[in-house]
Amino acid sequence: MTDLFKALADETRRVILDELAEHDPQTLFELCTRLIGKHGIQSSRQAVSQHLDVLEAAGLVRSERRGRYKFHHLDVTPLQQIARRWPPRDPAAPPKGDTP
Amino acid sequence: MRITTTSVFVDDQQKALDFYTGTLGFQLASDFPAGEHRWITVVAPDAPDGTQLVLEPSDHPAVPPFKDALVADGIPFASFGVDDVNAEYERLRALGVTFVQEPVSSGPFTAAVLDDTCGNLIQIASMAS
Repeated sequence: MTDLFKALADETRRVILDELAEHDPQTLFELCTRLIGKHGIQSSRQAVSQHLDVLEAAGLVRSERRGRYKFHHLDVTPLQQIARRWPPRDPAAPPKGDTP
Repeated sequence: MRITTTSVFVDDQQKALDFYTGTLGFQLASDFPAGEHRWITVVAPDAPDGTQLVLEPSDHPAVPPFKDALVADGIPFASFGVDDVNAEYERLRALGVTFVQEPVSSGPFTAAVLDDTCGNLIQIASMAS
């Protein structure tokens, strides 16, 4: 789970996930084009590639070789660990330990 | 000094000539024997005096790994201007052209990336006026 939080702790990596959520899959070039053109993020291609490696280690991105091209997919499955660990509470219920 | 020609490395010169003229819509500018290969150039039909694109053989051993690495990451080797990327995307897709990037707009700039069937990715791009 440490990898997951580390992966999410960077704004550029969160924007990469946003862009993959909007359009999936994408090549490295397309991701770089979107980061520069839509978000003004001037990271080098190599830096974006390293961000993708971190996201892939956390299981949030999968890369797939399709013919001669390499595509990157979003995988939100690891995020379910967060909801399982801290499940949303029913807002109508009184907070635990708050009763006199 | 002027840029009279620029080039792409193509896996098969005849196949490339067919694609760059028959599909993309450039017109033949020159075609003559050059050693074991041919010197082939194409040019935009609405700018016949413009920069010519040389369809150069990729037989130097350094070329295939270079091309493969670019293609894997979706990086176009060249970028050509079109009036309307979306219209050109639809036209070329109907002709069976493979796109690795659908049109993406960021501000006034729109671009898409296609496979030239000869080992390269080519970007088509437009700036909204």
